[in-house]
Amino acid sequence: MNTKLTKVLATSIAAVALTATLAGCGKGSASSSTEGSGEIALWTHNAGNPDELAAVQKIVDSYNSSQDKVKIKVQAFPQDSYNDSVVSAAAAGNLPCIVDIDGPNVPNWAWAGYLKPLELKADLSKQLPSTVAEWDGKPYAVGYYDVALAMMARTSDLKAAGVRVATMEKPWTKEEFQDALTKLKALGKWEYPLDLGTAGTGEWLPYAYSPFLQSFGGDLVNRDGFQSADGALNGDKAVQWAEWFRGLADQGFMAKKSGKDSTQDFLNNKSAIVYTGSWAADKAKAALGEDLVVMPPVDLGEGPKIGGASWQWGVTSKCSNSEAAMDYLSYSLKPENVAAVAKATGAIPASNEAAAQIPAFAEGGANRIFMDFSRKYAVMRPETPAYPFIATEYGKAVQDILNGADAKSTLDNAVKAIDANIKSNGGYKN
Amino acid sequence: MATAPLPTRPRIPSGTHAATPPSHAKPAPHRRPGFRREQLSGWGMIAPAAVLLLAFIFIPAILGFGLAFTNARLISPRPIEFVGVDNFARLFTDPTFYRALLNVAYFTVVIVPVQSGLALVMALLINKKFRGVNFFRTVYFLPVVTSMVVVSLLWLFMYRKDGLVNEILSAVSFGLINGPDWLGDPNTAMPAIIILSIWQAAGFHMIIWLAGLQGISGELYEASQLDGTSRWQQFRYVTWPGLFHTRSLVLVTITIQALGLFDQISVMTQGGPMDSTTTIIYEAVQSGYRQQETSYASAISLVFFVLVLIVSAVQRYLTREKD
Repeated sequence: MNTKLTKVLATSIAAVALTATLAGCGKGSASSSTEGSGEIALWTHNAGNPDELAAVQKIVDSYNSSQDKVKIKVQAFPQDSYNDSVVSAAAAGNLPCIVDIDGPNVPNWAWAGYLKPLELKADLSKQLPSTVAEWDGKPYAVGYYDVALAMMARTSDLKAAGVRVATMEKPWTKEEFQDALTKLKALGKWEYPLDLGTAGTGEWLPYAYSPFLQSFGGDLVNRDGFQSADGALNGDKAVQWAEWFRGLADQGFMAKKSGKDSTQDFLNNKSAIVYTGSWAADKAKAALGEDLVVMPPVDLGEGPKIGGASWQWGVTSKCSNSEAAMDYLSYSLKPENVAAVAKATGAIPASNEAAAQIPAFAEGGANRIFMDFSRKYAVMRPETPAYPFIATEYGKAVQDILNGADAKSTLDNAVKAIDANIKSNGGYKN
Repeated sequence: MATAPLPTRPRIPSGTHAATPPSHAKPAPHRRPGFRREQLSGWGMIAPAAVLLLAFIFIPAILGFGLAFTNARLISPRPIEFVGVDNFARLFTDPTFYRALLNVAYFTVVIVPVQSGLALVMALLINKKFRGVNFFRTVYFLPVVTSMVVVSLLWLFMYRKDGLVNEILSAVSFGLINGPDWLGDPNTAMPAIIILSIWQAAGFHMIIWLAGLQGISGELYEASQLDGTSRWQQFRYVTWPGLFHTRSLVLVTITIQALGLFDQISVMTQGGPMDSTTTIIYEAVQSGYRQQETSYASAISLVFFVLVLIVSAVQRYLTREKD
């Protein structure tokens, strides 16, 4: 008899305890980001990148000791789950004060009301243009660095094939590029002389290949108002781009699906020309020394283009102490801070003053060329809240075209999907 | 497997409940309060599971059905509006959705017979007493223990143009067969994924078959031996009918598992090349998270739910006990 009663009791207690824990969980996560007076949380994506994290932590530490009103607290996430963490925190109303954001996502988050426009004491006009993310005419995020795409090759290979080294004054034209690939292929040293990193997925696809489209004269979307992609992504220029891109694979110049690590394949002499970013420069330089040559991407009509914007910092709209958050960001943009982060990541520092502090990027330095690329060629990915959607549609179109889908109809489908998305969101207007 | 074969298949419903009250054997007037207490403890025991099921399965599912008729998005400052069947209208004119349906149908139609058949053969092979049988049981079961994501990553390398599969093909054919880039070719991508999926999951269904086989009474085999049956007749008239319930279980679980194809696709092909491996669940995740269209993803999920319901109902009808 009694045992039964205890059983009932035990189960009820267990049930109560369980509900209590569940409720507790909700509360626990809520309280973790409610900032105590004078404490501000900062979220960053680079838990998997100890060098960059350490550099950021150092800035935070020096800021914390420079004054005693607020304390910044760094919380690092792995990059893969970072965006999800921010989105779910936003849905629960628990965003920290300062977040870092991948540049092309800034308009989307600003539109969603996650971010507030920056009001910094620091002078943003000194920044490399691609490190400031603007939307609706206001700056919403600012970065310490950018990266630049380039084509790398061995001087000796180009010489052997009788191919001219491309320079910023005289980049390769489409015809010269075709000629160069034909000659390199004829050497018989590589199955595929060109490696454009076609095994890449996700954001790599629009980042790496939309500049080619833009160099042809097409674009991801009509930038006048950002209301439609019609004509930009499926016009004659875009179709020409698609056929050219496809042709590189059809002629055997590049693999439809390259190796996992393009830079490593290039260093192992599996390709003659690799299309990669400034992040690979130091490694390539160490391996090849003077033989390495860094060239601008091909001029396909409208001049060479590369993608702009990397990770940047913004202040969230619900931040209770945004003044302090803005103050921290201004502080962190001091040249020595920018230089420290850029050095840790091997990326292009965001200002000339910072660059002067890093020998490789200072005037005449080995990596200065990337900074010039960034200044001269960078095209921002369309600054519209529709960008994440456009990026997935474009990425899928690139892969389908590479695999032999009809260029025009694939691009038409992408345009249809993008236009429908923009329309269903009321044009992404404020 | 130490379980002794049961003489007959137990009829589970009503048996367990009826077993307790008689042991307490109380006179009729006292039964009422005891009964109530029993009910109370019953509810108490259901409560934790029920709360969790409600919170994490039923409520989200119902919300999902509701969201399918709105324009909700993952990130948006705009208020959610009711848009009727817009999402469904869009879904049913989307060629990718039909391609996904076709792919899932293809996958299921191949997987269900081949995987269950292979699992049955494996179960028959190891349902014998010989030295080292446990070794084989372990070997067959090993892939099941490994996570599908890990298996997919490994096979990703094996399926490459210069990967293990092509190297073996080339070696055994003395260089005659030059294998394709399995996952890069629209014609071979789905078959490649089917083979990997069968390899990974067959062991699990082998265990279910094995349990069924061990539930068949040894006396029946002895009797059939006395009647002088051949091995085929023994399988046909003793084993096969004896596996009736196991068969339904295996059929239903494999079908549902096959319809929900996602892990392999997400890791290995991301739906490509040219939509040749995209699936309904993959499309739902893709539009719900990467493209932020929560409502559209909900519509896909709702359609998927209805499909699974129909397929299960048909299977249930076909495998019913015909009395």
